Amino acid sequence: MSSRVKMLLAIGFLAALAYPLVVPNYLVTVGMLMFFAAFIGQSWNIAGGFAGQTSFGHAVFFGVGAYTSTILHVSYGWNPWLAWPVAMAAGAVVGWVIAVLSFRAGLRGSYFALITLAFAEVFRILANSVPFTHGGLGMLIRADIRPANFQFGNAIWPYYVAFALCLVSLFIAWRLTQSRFGARLVAIRENEDAARALGIDVFAEKVKVLMLSGAMCAAGGTFYAQKYLYIDPNIAFGIDKSVEMLLVAMVGGAGTIFGPLIGAVALTGINELTRWAAAVIPALKNVQPLSLIVYGIMLILIVARLPDGLMSLFGRPSSKAKPRHA
Amino acid sequence: MLEVTGLSKSFGGLKAVDGASLTVNAGEIVGLIGPNGAGKTTLFAAIAGFHKPDGGRIAFEGNDITGLPPHKICAAGMVRTFQITQPFAKITVRENIMVGAYLATSDRRAAAAKAEAVAAQVGMADQLDQRGADLTVAARKRLELARALATGPRLLLLDEVMAGLNPTEIVEIIQIIQAIRASGVTILLIEHVMQAVTSLAERLYVLNQGRMIAEGTPAAIAENTMVVEAYLGHGAAKVLRA
Amino acid sequence: MFDPQILIAGVLNGLLAGGIYVLVAVGLTLIYGVLHIINFAHGSLLMLAMYAVFFLWRLSGIDPYLALPIVVAGSFVFGYLLYRGLIGRLSHGRDENILLLTLGVSIVIDNAALLFFGGDTQTVEVPYAGDAIEIGAAFLPIPKLISFGAALLICLVLGLFMARTDTGKAIRAVARERQGARLAGIDVEKIFAISYGIGIACLGAAACLLMPTFYVTPQSGYAFVLVAFTTVVLGGMGSFVGAAIGGFLIGVTESLGGLLLGEQLGQIGISLIFILILLFKPTGLFGSKA
Repeated sequence: MSSRVKMLLAIGFLAALAYPLVVPNYLVTVGMLMFFAAFIGQSWNIAGGFAGQTSFGHAVFFGVGAYTSTILHVSYGWNPWLAWPVAMAAGAVVGWVIAVLSFRAGLRGSYFALITLAFAEVFRILANSVPFTHGGLGMLIRADIRPANFQFGNAIWPYYVAFALCLVSLFIAWRLTQSRFGARLVAIRENEDAARALGIDVFAEKVKVLMLSGAMCAAGGTFYAQKYLYIDPNIAFGIDKSVEMLLVAMVGGAGTIFGPLIGAVALTGINELTRWAAAVIPALKNVQPLSLIVYGIMLILIVARLPDGLMSLFGRPSSKAKPRHA
Repeated sequence: MLEVTGLSKSFGGLKAVDGASLTVNAGEIVGLIGPNGAGKTTLFAAIAGFHKPDGGRIAFEGNDITGLPPHKICAAGMVRTFQITQPFAKITVRENIMVGAYLATSDRRAAAAKAEAVAAQVGMADQLDQRGADLTVAARKRLELARALATGPRLLLLDEVMAGLNPTEIVEIIQIIQAIRASGVTILLIEHVMQAVTSLAERLYVLNQGRMIAEGTPAAIAENTMVVEAYLGHGAAKVLRA
Repeated sequence: MFDPQILIAGVLNGLLAGGIYVLVAVGLTLIYGVLHIINFAHGSLLMLAMYAVFFLWRLSGIDPYLALPIVVAGSFVFGYLLYRGLIGRLSHGRDENILLLTLGVSIVIDNAALLFFGGDTQTVEVPYAGDAIEIGAAFLPIPKLISFGAALLICLVLGLFMARTDTGKAIRAVARERQGARLAGIDVEKIFAISYGIGIACLGAAACLLMPTFYVTPQSGYAFVLVAFTTVVLGGMGSFVGAAIGGFLIGVTESLGGLLLGEQLGQIGISLIFILILLFKPTGLFGSKA
């Protein structure tokens, strides 16, 4: 890492720390949402970007995390902080189950993506139907605003928690680029047969990465539930959440450390722009679809023209520029 | 070191390999030749664990490895390369080779040092920072070799490392392979072009339509009527001798 | 246990609904069989065609059944242009990329529908919507009978088209061996676009047959996409006969699932079938190769 990059990172870190102290509450919440999107986007990126296991159903982990901690808290009186690691473990277990079943059956590429979607759908329907999730009514967490209870009365604390989560996820991604596990994931993404020939237990590594990704994403689910004090099957397991995570990582740059953060900044920015446009132009009553249309177009353009996402615009030492040895 | 006995593998009704046997002794360079579609690559893939054999036995250094998955066979000390090169396209040559080196160590610095040493061994020291996707055919072949070598094998299975290379590049890679053998690695190589392999291998096996039809020194094989006919068609040997 | 009469009624209703699934799945399987792409936008394009039927009725008073030629032709052109302008041009490389690309297309379509048409549920009101005939305990709505018959007829016509016409033969040649077809002088890109167009035209037909008894919202696409994939995977990707049988099986599964497990939990059957088929019989019930 060059000293200029280090300097930029340090400035960014300090700016992010100071940000909520100087801007109005509304913008603090926007920042919180951004870091949170970057965090769950990174959980997708670790499986979908680094290891190349594209998922269309990451909400299954998000939902399992949200429901695990909420059920433990609401129905069994657990402290949400204590329920948090259990939720992560539940995410890892679901990751293990999906990975073992899918990879044992040899599913790859699009088929893996579609089966994750189906798993999320099964969980959504179950959460809609079984009594202990309170079905389609969803689950309300009783407001009891104490930090010891994982509930914060202001916008600033959730911001710092989301920021910390984002930092942890960046650290995990950075560790991947520095470790044997990460190198093996990249090898699997690039060419499974070659990876296998070089002594990599492809199945075991893919199971591991889905457990890691599932645990992280589940951690995001708990944070979400504690922030909004309400979840229902569609919020927790719906395709919208799965797509959001995928978009954040793909737009920013799948398989890169900062991709999900860049993607979250870009998508949050677009969201705010359309919100602003809607306030100015009365014809645009409904802003949510407008920003999603822009996201969809960005996804198309990124897949077709910029496979490394917006990150590649930041002048990574791309070998494309180097002359080929003849 | 490697003992393959009566190995068979079918796809659909088609017998790709039919009761093939071969032996490789420590320190040798052994060639496996045969016309296109003879089943060489299938035999290789079965030895390296990519196909489960339908019958037969594979023993490596005295241990039965029949049906083991590729990663276990690689860990046991036998590694294959691919005829159609499979570089990890989006990462550098160094990172490509490190994937192999990580078999023996989980330490990043040790893996990087090993990668650099292996790169020097195959003549890629100045290409360490190039991406896999940006390499020429010759460089891809070397990378294939380097990655396999970085796993620290005792037996190297090379699948047509010379195909697609020009004469100068072939001479270079032959020297590299000889140096690898000199460093104590046993080599079994597939080659379609006979001339290239005769200068390298001490012994040759000839596979035709899934069956092993001959075994011997390159000189003996060149004289073998069945081999010549397998390559050139029935009656060819007679014509050549006339 | 249930009265067998009710079960029979459930099966019959499921078969009737299955007719539409057959049409939707035939389009998807055609696109997969020829282009080898998984068209995630399939549900969204169906939703769009359903809105076309709705607006033709609302603005011009055209009966959904009479709208069939217009919507089918329009869907074909739309599909053809979508392939030529976007999907054919941008899709290359790994198959996940094409899946992601069609996901992008579906996001744009779904949200454009929400933006322009609003989120309300829209229905077409036709005088014959409530007509039905009774067979024992089975109460079979006439529009569903019509849609069932028409769906089968359209599949038959498509089958004849594939078997008899030059274009159909060219499509089959490309599906089997695209390099060979190219060498034989077939304009493969054009065949791709035509196949995609036909796949979407099937959706147009399905939309006309659906609207007299169904409703449309911008979310309708997502509601159908997993059903369509399940049907196709069940029958075997790329197999026409498989798509047809798969469609009926899914229709019956859905109908009986709703009957036995209730409205909410009944939907789980589709996703479970999808998962189980992919895990244990990825070639589908009638597919030949993986």
